[in-house]
Amino acid sequence: MKPARFDYHRPASIDEAIAVLARYDGEARILAGGQSLVPMMNFRIATPAALVDINRIAALAHITVEGDIVRVGAMTRQREIEHSPVIKEKLPLLAEAIRLVGHLPTRSRGTVGGSIAHADPAAEIPMVLVALDGEVVAKGPKGERHIAARDLFQDALTTSLSSDEVLTEVRFPVMPANAGCALEEFSRRHGDFALTAIAAVIVRDGDKCTRAQLATGGVEPAPRRQSAAEAILMERGLGEEAIAAAAAKAAEGVEPLSDHHASGDYRRHLTRVLLERAVKRAIGARS
Amino acid sequence: MSEVEIRLTVNGRSCAGRCEPRKLLVDFLREDLGLTGTHIGCEHGICGACTILVDGAAARSCLLFAVQGEGAELVTVEGLAKENGELNPLQQAFHQHHALQCGFCTPGMLIAATDFLRLNPSPSRDEIREGLSAVLCRCTGYRNIVDAVEAAAPAMRAEKP
Repeated sequence: MKPARFDYHRPASIDEAIAVLARYDGEARILAGGQSLVPMMNFRIATPAALVDINRIAALAHITVEGDIVRVGAMTRQREIEHSPVIKEKLPLLAEAIRLVGHLPTRSRGTVGGSIAHADPAAEIPMVLVALDGEVVAKGPKGERHIAARDLFQDALTTSLSSDEVLTEVRFPVMPANAGCALEEFSRRHGDFALTAIAAVIVRDGDKCTRAQLATGGVEPAPRRQSAAEAILMERGLGEEAIAAAAAKAAEGVEPLSDHHASGDYRRHLTRVLLERAVKRAIGARS
Repeated sequence: MSEVEIRLTVNGRSCAGRCEPRKLLVDFLREDLGLTGTHIGCEHGICGACTILVDGAAARSCLLFAVQGEGAELVTVEGLAKENGELNPLQQAFHQHHALQCGFCTPGMLIAATDFLRLNPSPSRDEIREGLSAVLCRCTGYRNIVDAVEAAAPAMRAEKP
């Protein structure tokens, strides 16, 4: 199908974008990479009165390191992330995740900020942001605010961003140099949304675990840290049994989605299997 | 909203047109510029038949509005062959390896493979499969397409500007 009519605006600055959004009082949508919004418009699931195209705002596309934070402009293309030596070095989990986001031609256009603002339950970038305790910066008529990942993703396709705000930047804490990480997911075909995905970041000291960050994606309506499973690893270490116990704990605690792609029980099963695999790969062990 | 003016470069030629902002880039290429080589399949970014190069990177032209193309440099399947009509090595390989049956996905396959081979000039078969997973073909079973891309890789490397 073809999209319904809309007004088109191409602001040159963030402030101008905010002003246009305010004028439409919640009826305008921001056009970033358009890889999720435009399909919805073509189906007329989304019929915004106006599009605010932020593709030409140069200040929104950058990757910079500032101390312990990697600052990624909201309009940074996923393709840029894929080929960025900075991301590879400072955020290996994101580097691994990005190859699972859609396909090469969708990553050419798709953006980091767009994926986060869209908040598909199974999207990898939101899960990575949650796993790494990142945050986003949003700017609106009332000024700028920082939103932690754990406060951002509220439900499927629902964030705590307001309709008059522009997500301007995504901030990922630099991963410790001695951290191991892995992203395990299961999808029907490469590039499809995952039925279940697990992100794991582990720092080990022998068999002891000194840092565990585990997040699920695709299982529940929003990505979530699996803190009970993390606690088991922190207390009991990284032996075979502790990892199995952590995986079982996570599987027990999730409230899985159930749809025509996979039943809730299947997603629960995948949570256990993939979490175990992810932790083992993150610490360099064979699963 | 009233029509907007669009100026862009397609296959090295300056082009212009007017359309509503809601007009998809693929429709603009086909209807306004008469470039019907780019095919419209699913219109929601899944099938990849409409893949073109936008400023050098493969992208779905059904997920872009024509107005977004303002000032952009596009390459469509019509831009792959030489001026005299001679097919480029990738196109020749598709021909030689019977990498198409109905031909509907072929423009998308060729463009996706062009971008992929620039990023990965010496790919393995698995990497080719992953690289082309962005485009669906309902006829060939993909085997011949992978064969063609694999066969074309050395010649495409040599052609690289």
